[in-house]
Amino acid sequence: MSVTENAVDHMSSPSAGEGPVEKPAGGGRRGGRGITDKGMNRFFWILLIVLGLTAPAYMYPVFAMQLMCFALFAAALNLLLGYTGLLSFGHAALFGGAAYITGHVVKVWGFPPLPGILAGTLFAVALGYVMGALAIRRRGIYFTMITLALAQLVYFLALQLPFTGGENGLQDIPRGHLFGFIDLNQPLAMYYTVFAIFMIGFLIIYRAVHSPFGQVLLAIRENEARALSLGYDVSRFKLMAFVLSAGLAGLAGSTKAIVFQFASLTDAHWQTSGEVVLMTLLGGMGTIFGPIVGAVTVVALQHDLASAGSWVQVIIGGIFIVCVLVFRRGIVGELLRLVRRG
Amino acid sequence: MMHASIDLILAQGMLGLNNGVFYAMLSLGLAIIFGLLNVINFAHGALYMVGAFVALICYSYLGAWLGLAGFHIDFWAALIVVPLVVGCFGIVIERTLLRWLYRFDPIYSLLLTFGIALVLQGLFSNFFNMSGTPYPGQPAALRGIVDLGFMIFPKYRLFVIVFSIVVCAGTWLFVERTRLGSYLRAAAENPDLVKAFGVNVPRMVTLTFAFGTALAGLAGVLAAPIYSVSPVVVIGGMGSIMGAIVSGLALGLIEGVTKVVYAPASNTVIFVLMAIVLLVRPSGLFGRAGE
Repeated sequence: MSVTENAVDHMSSPSAGEGPVEKPAGGGRRGGRGITDKGMNRFFWILLIVLGLTAPAYMYPVFAMQLMCFALFAAALNLLLGYTGLLSFGHAALFGGAAYITGHVVKVWGFPPLPGILAGTLFAVALGYVMGALAIRRRGIYFTMITLALAQLVYFLALQLPFTGGENGLQDIPRGHLFGFIDLNQPLAMYYTVFAIFMIGFLIIYRAVHSPFGQVLLAIRENEARALSLGYDVSRFKLMAFVLSAGLAGLAGSTKAIVFQFASLTDAHWQTSGEVVLMTLLGGMGTIFGPIVGAVTVVALQHDLASAGSWVQVIIGGIFIVCVLVFRRGIVGELLRLVRRG
Repeated sequence: MMHASIDLILAQGMLGLNNGVFYAMLSLGLAIIFGLLNVINFAHGALYMVGAFVALICYSYLGAWLGLAGFHIDFWAALIVVPLVVGCFGIVIERTLLRWLYRFDPIYSLLLTFGIALVLQGLFSNFFNMSGTPYPGQPAALRGIVDLGFMIFPKYRLFVIVFSIVVCAGTWLFVERTRLGSYLRAAAENPDLVKAFGVNVPRMVTLTFAFGTALAGLAGVLAAPIYSVSPVVVIGGMGSIMGAIVSGLALGLIEGVTKVVYAPASNTVIFVLMAIVLLVRPSGLFGRAGE
């Protein structure tokens, strides 16, 4: 029973020896028979780029953009949850907060979309710094609860501050012109802009994970005490991971505000925090491509079931329960396991 | 003038106390569950809602469903029946779902209860579109008002305050002063050792979870006639049992008083307090050192 375990043992890793563990940089087995991790990675990269470039041909662009925003959001969360072993239940505040700031900067102050997105992202970085600096003072569940409490604080601020529009949110945010001449009201222009932003964000995550920095994060996840004893400033690394994750979650939120032309309370609600955790879990936490797969699955599901009203919530909750009970590796995590066995 | 504003603060304080007892009961349940199971029960708010709805069903619909016209379970009976129903529901959740996750990281249990919360909320808004349905079963004895000297206060709310404080105090006495309570405290400290003494710890865990959820259900019954609190997520209940009770009451009071001083801040102040409590004194159920 978990009560008996030493705190340090289970706090350092969400997978605790059981969950999904992607082999670190280098792509795992080389020269083995059949498909390798590296091969899988390459397959996913090609799939991602091809699908990303061609999506508008067979998909409603706004829907594809929604997928990418949430995929980036989930991938940002995964940096913390999957690679550092920290469960934040407050990421919606970063996502939604950035959306509000972008909306305000673009709509009220009249800035072009890019500075707007930048402002939103910087806000998320700052907010993430504060949230992270406070939350990393505690471990495990306490960490999670502090992020949740702070996010609730942001939510109620968003509800009550004059510039957020309260229950209505910020509406009619203009898309404007990128670099002054690309009209983002053109669906394709908007789509490829979002795709570019998504790829930049995702590459940042990919690089961070496959770098010495990412290795230290993994070390913290696997055994925090040992990482500390090896001389790593664990708190600093955790904070850096939190801020990076916050910034990217903010980038996703800001982009979403421009795409959908509104910022609403839903974005900052704690259930959104929960949904993004579900995306990461369903896709496979601690795998690079897992959150993307998870986000696409969950958003598509919500989209298809939109007519079913609150049944969506029941189904999402049900998936959550099943995932947690029997499917902790997630889709990509299970795939990787099959590949490694084969 | 001065007198009037003190009266106002006292009045808001009483209303705050009214919310506070709900917070106290909810965070007491959370604290007991967290102490023994190391699980933050995200479904607590949903179970509270279930309690309120079950009370409503017992009063307004059960007779019709059973084909017995005029049959209903009134408020007083509901105070006993509903916690039992919700507690049984808690047993089912613990036995069929939560049980399998104890050997994993506690965040999985947290996520599981989050999923349960979503399912419950979804189900209820599907089947029972009665969030606006008032509970008609408020007993006649508790209608009307009483004069407290500094304010006129609804009898029912006064009853809720007194009743909840009795329940909280009873729970505290049970855990701190009885033999079974001492098993509970011991098991929270070291379950394996307690097992070795021949105590059926898994059953105790089940019953503890059931008791925590029953408290949520009871709070739901009490809230049904007034709808005074909307429990989004109650993040408290991580301190000691006494801590949970006191901080719940304090939370309600501070929220109430903040409404007088600066109304818009009354929601945010709760979460500021929770963050501070979590940061400064996150000790376990029975005063275990924080992490």
